[in-house]
Amino acid sequence: MISASTLADGPLLGLPLPELWFALLFAIFGTFLFLDGFDFGAGAIFATLEDETAREAVLSAIGPFWDGNEVWLVVFGGALFASFPAVYADLFSRHYLLMFAILGALILRGLAPEMYEQRHDEGWQRWWGRSFVAGSVLAPFLLGAFAGNWLVGADRSLTLVGFVVGVTVVLLTVVSGAAFLRLKAGEYLPDAVTAYGVRAVVGYLGAVVVTLALLAVRLPDGIDTLLSPAVVALVVASIGLAAGYAVAMRRGAHLAALAASGGLTYGLVAVVAVVMYPLIDPAVGATVEGSIVSTLPLNLMSIGAAILLPLVVTYFVVLYSAFRGPVEPGEAY
Amino acid sequence: MIDPVIASRLQFALTTIVHIIFPVMSMGLAPFLVYFTWKDIRTDEAIYEQLRRFWTKIFAISFVVGTVTGIVLEFEFGTNFAAFSTTAGELFGGPLAVEGMMAFMLEATFLGVFVFGRDRVGDKLYMVSAVAVGLGTWLSAVWILIANSWMQTPRGYELVTENGQTVVHLVDPMAAYLNPRFGYMFVHMQNAAVESVALFMAGVAAYYVFRHHVWGVQIRNVEFWEATLKIALVALLITAPLQVLHGDMYGRHVAETQPQKFAAMEAVWDTESYVPEYIVAVPTSLEDITDPRAKDLFGIGIPGGASWLASGGDPSAEIRGLNSFDTESPPVAIVFWAFRAMVGLGFWFILLAFWGGYRWYTGELFEDGLLHKALMASSLGGIAATELGWIVTEVGRQPWVIQGVMKTSDGVSPGLTGTEAAITLAGFALVYGGLLVLYTYVVVRIIRGGPPSRGELRSVGGQSAESPAGVTGDD
Repeated sequence: MISASTLADGPLLGLPLPELWFALLFAIFGTFLFLDGFDFGAGAIFATLEDETAREAVLSAIGPFWDGNEVWLVVFGGALFASFPAVYADLFSRHYLLMFAILGALILRGLAPEMYEQRHDEGWQRWWGRSFVAGSVLAPFLLGAFAGNWLVGADRSLTLVGFVVGVTVVLLTVVSGAAFLRLKAGEYLPDAVTAYGVRAVVGYLGAVVVTLALLAVRLPDGIDTLLSPAVVALVVASIGLAAGYAVAMRRGAHLAALAASGGLTYGLVAVVAVVMYPLIDPAVGATVEGSIVSTLPLNLMSIGAAILLPLVVTYFVVLYSAFRGPVEPGEAY
Repeated sequence: MIDPVIASRLQFALTTIVHIIFPVMSMGLAPFLVYFTWKDIRTDEAIYEQLRRFWTKIFAISFVVGTVTGIVLEFEFGTNFAAFSTTAGELFGGPLAVEGMMAFMLEATFLGVFVFGRDRVGDKLYMVSAVAVGLGTWLSAVWILIANSWMQTPRGYELVTENGQTVVHLVDPMAAYLNPRFGYMFVHMQNAAVESVALFMAGVAAYYVFRHHVWGVQIRNVEFWEATLKIALVALLITAPLQVLHGDMYGRHVAETQPQKFAAMEAVWDTESYVPEYIVAVPTSLEDITDPRAKDLFGIGIPGGASWLASGGDPSAEIRGLNSFDTESPPVAIVFWAFRAMVGLGFWFILLAFWGGYRWYTGELFEDGLLHKALMASSLGGIAATELGWIVTEVGRQPWVIQGVMKTSDGVSPGLTGTEAAITLAGFALVYGGLLVLYTYVVVRIIRGGPPSRGELRSVGGQSAESPAGVTGDD
């Protein structure tokens, strides 16, 4: 039996737990950005659809999934709070208005589809359709802006880096959204959706280049950091994944395209993590080692996460396999 | 300019008061839905499919609004109460993280299957998803209430000064997480949720039963509303007396562990023995409302009642008065009146339950129009009582955010400006006002739409796919 006193002695199994939690946080954020990202992207593409069947198909495609996907953001917030409380407090209060803008966008995105389906008159559906699009585009933009500000240690909510990273993330959500929609509701959607995805992936690579250029200027030792083997490898892998995505979309291999967009998402998040490390809150120069909670709660949380996260993955497998294959418009909602 | 401390507290109060409605609905509906799903699968009787599908719609919209308003609360600890989060994060962050991973994930993923998946999965997996969603909502409450109860009765920690900052360190996880308050709070809250939903179901059902049986208006699916009324009454007969019983134990525990809160609940200013309990307090002046003092109030007092309540049976027991504490008192008027209103409602619900049970026994449940009206008037009473209870809990512990450890005013983010806080407070007032209107609108539409008619049911071989078990009011 492991007692509280042995748990307080040192890190569990001698593992580098602060670094593992740092990595886990970004993995959780990446999972959120990929899973809810295709919901956001579906919302952006919704704006281009005129046909009612196509619009219903988009809502049906994300209907069973988005709430679960969004919980990854809740888990990210909770895990950051639990593992690096001072960082959580500093980041969230520093970007005060930005955080509430993110929450506002998420409220709009979550509520709008429910409202859209309530009534079928035109004015009502136009209003809630637009709200859905606005929430779906604003949420990733603002989340990207938050991540950009976090990375460069900005002390304001509105920065150039934040803006560019925001645009990058929005483009990325369109990339994954197009693949997801083709996979789940392809037959009800115009062929243009494929083209949107391919154009978005090109735009995404361009936006990444601009982001990296800005970081090179903005970060101390920016050029050295960006030329580190890990970052170079991630950028090269991203170019490969983007090309693979475009080919897969054109050939109709939508699951492969979706996987490629997932790779792109984790790649982007990994670049942020690699560039940031060993800091975790660059604005105040706080390091991963210096900001981690004390040993006892860290060990407890690590045990908890080791048990719970595999279970969570199982839930998602059950959910996505229950709704595998294409959906019918109006099936969900 | 507005004080960021005041604005942050108002904003947290506003966002919590609105948010709690939705978890109360989902946690309270959960056991009903598990039961309906079980009966639907086992018996294939039309009524259970109707019950399951109708109440799932209400559950789904409550869950969605609960999700988006719940994330706000999690973020607010960081945005508005950064000093608190830094100090207490080691103890407070863990339960929130585990809540996300253990509970919220469970409910949110299986919700997709439960709401949209009846035609896509087999009976077994469907039943599993109903249980998973219900279990998830209750596990959520476990972890959130662990976090909250630790703030009321903090245990298992030590205070350490790091880099000039005082921080709470976890030393005994069992003592911290299974702190003395947790059990009381969990039982009282979960029972409140089921009772609130029972009252809501009974009120809605009474409306249709009344129109049909008393006014003689033809109501489609009247047998559905009759069944709903009976099921709700059974739940009310169980939960209403329980709520008052363990509420009494809870009150005694508060008197022991948070004497200042208890003094505010009773508006006792000077330490005294033989303190009466004013079960009915009638304000005779404006001053009585804004500044209640038990001694000066006009009302029906049970001699020694408050002393008896605080001590568990000794009418002569001493109650510490508010004046004996070094710290400022919580806003006594709010705590005193909220407590009385909550207790009053609690007893009223018992009366309602027995009244309904008696009419059922005499075979006049569907004919007693006055009972129906009382039920309709009380349909939101459970939610109101829950809100009042939380107001007693949270306002009553002021000025402490962590009882005896940290004051709320010291917990607010140091860099927060009054302008920022005012902007978001105004934003929330607007957005949450709209949210409540929309939620009400959707719930009313679902109720007006009624249960699916027999022709649409799987259990009677209806053709229509069960797609709109989702959130839409119309098919």
